[in-house]
Amino acid sequence: MTGVPFEAGVRPQSGGAAVIDLRGDINATAEAALNAAYAEAEAAAPHSLVLNFTNVDYINSTGIALIVGVLAKARRGRLPLRVFGLSPHYQEIFQITRLADFMSIYADEASAVAEAAR
Amino acid sequence: MVSIKGMWSRRSRGKAETAPAAEADASLAQQLKAPATAVTHLDLDIAPNDPLLAYLQSASGPVEIANLKLDSPALEKLRAGGAVLVLPLVSQGELVGLVNLGPRLSEQDYSLDDRKLLADLAAQAAPAVRVAQLVRQQQIETQARERLEQELRVARVIQQTLLPRELPKPDGWQVAAHWQPAQAVSGDFYDFINLPGGKLAVIVADVTGKGVPAALVMAAARSMLRMAAEQEPEAPGKVLAHVNEMLCGDIPPNMFVTCLYGILDPATGRFVFANAGHNLPAKCATEAVVELRATGMPLGLLPGMEYDEQESNVAPGESVLIYSDGLVEAHNPQGEMFGFPRLRQMACGLGGGSELIERLRGALADFAGAGWEQEDDVTFVTVQRLPPANKVLANFKVASAPDNEREAVEKVAGAVAGLGLPADRLERLKTAVAEATMNAMEHGNNYDPDKPVVIEVRAEPDCVVVAITDQGGEKELPQTEAPDLDAKLAGLQSPRGWGLFLIKSMVDEVRAQTDGPHHTVELTMRLANSADGATSAAGVAAATKGGGR
Repeated sequence: MTGVPFEAGVRPQSGGAAVIDLRGDINATAEAALNAAYAEAEAAAPHSLVLNFTNVDYINSTGIALIVGVLAKARRGRLPLRVFGLSPHYQEIFQITRLADFMSIYADEASAVAEAAR
Repeated sequence: MVSIKGMWSRRSRGKAETAPAAEADASLAQQLKAPATAVTHLDLDIAPNDPLLAYLQSASGPVEIANLKLDSPALEKLRAGGAVLVLPLVSQGELVGLVNLGPRLSEQDYSLDDRKLLADLAAQAAPAVRVAQLVRQQQIETQARERLEQELRVARVIQQTLLPRELPKPDGWQVAAHWQPAQAVSGDFYDFINLPGGKLAVIVADVTGKGVPAALVMAAARSMLRMAAEQEPEAPGKVLAHVNEMLCGDIPPNMFVTCLYGILDPATGRFVFANAGHNLPAKCATEAVVELRATGMPLGLLPGMEYDEQESNVAPGESVLIYSDGLVEAHNPQGEMFGFPRLRQMACGLGGGSELIERLRGALADFAGAGWEQEDDVTFVTVQRLPPANKVLANFKVASAPDNEREAVEKVAGAVAGLGLPADRLERLKTAVAEATMNAMEHGNNYDPDKPVVIEVRAEPDCVVVAITDQGGEKELPQTEAPDLDAKLAGLQSPRGWGLFLIKSMVDEVRAQTDGPHHTVELTMRLANSADGATSAAGVAAATKGGGR
């Protein structure tokens, strides 16, 4: 079985947050698209970022490294990072890796964006 | 000839309430001198307080009774029977018989020679009579004992027919039992009852005491349990409550029955049980033996009792051992008790079934020593959920190319589909397989398309093992640094390096080994969450034994 190619899109929100919709497998091949999406989101000067994992079924260790890279950039830019749509398994992995210590995990977009708009 | 029918049994033991009896009959003179003359039979009982008894016992030789002045009913009877001379047969101070002689045919008195002859005869006949009496007595006692033993043998056969003739054989389970009465019959019993829905009632009970009284109560209790099981096929506690009510009315005072009543669902391994004062059953797993607790009073003591119901899940490879106190309360020659800790030690690591029973029997025999007189009935029953056979579920190769770990993951997931791995554990296994396969393709095989990664999936009794082999066995294993997110965010550590950490966090055990050109990482995942919760934190701790890149 082959993986699902990665793509990412940005949806700026009226409250000042930018949602980055992630789709497909987050592995080594996702690096360019993920960085491009981050740059696009950052260019709109949001006050925070929200990562949408709803359509992500596979994240490997390289994908975790890419997310660490995104988190590092967001911290340098003082952009709070929120996430939603993670399966229970990847929520567990975010806990184990301590990513969850630096990005709040929400059940759905509405609650993540609402929190980002505060 | 003289026939002596009577004997003085027990007289020497001096039991006043047992009436000693002497029967003797004869008319020796006629026999000696005129064989053609008829012999008169005289049945004679001499009461223990009859003065004739003491008189004859101390007489030396024949006694002329015509002028004997004693207040003796026996003497009167002798005279009335026509006896004139009585020859006491005394052996070791005990009167063992009499030879009674009527008047001589010549109508003359017995001469001194006659008396001497009779005295000599008595001296020789008395010990012979005594020996004959003892032999006869022994024969009677032996016959009585044999009759009793025969009755007990029959009772034992009857009792054995009350035990299950065949052991149940639910699919995927092994049931074994052992019943060892201390005497011919037992107060212990076990029973199995097939219940609706493929469920099985498993019963071990112990009636107080042993031998015949306990066996009679056992038969009644067994019938009551069967009747109650029909009325309450789902509720062990209610079964025991019903039987308690029935027994309270019928059981003799100071007797009661302890009973463990469990209902096993072979399809799921669920074991629901209630306990009426019986030994706690032991659940035996590879790593530990735990007691299954439920509380309740023994049956037949007090009416109106309620019985707590508990349940436990029996996983593949585990078993439940139910036993009577004849095992744990057995003593060795030093007076030590067998005890539960010893049982726990014996049972640990042995799945169950006949192997466990044989081991326990051997342990009990060794503990009690040669010449052990079994103190109490011993009963064991084990129900073991058989482990799946150790078998290779899949063995395949994956070409070393980026993204091919997904193929490995899907094949492993397909291979373990029938093992009942919980969804969260399956997800963890998939992540570990993906990471280990990536490591093998990248670091072991340098993504060389001619060097595939070989993956084998094995089912073991309580776990699944995935072995991932690459061809980088001769390469030196790189030192890996534990990932530190703070350091990574601060730019002090590469954002990468999560692979081995994830593998160790996801599965219960990771082992790495190198065999010449091959390097293998074995991932072990238990099929069920352990009792203490197989959290990811426990997974990390367990994985410290592993190694690899």
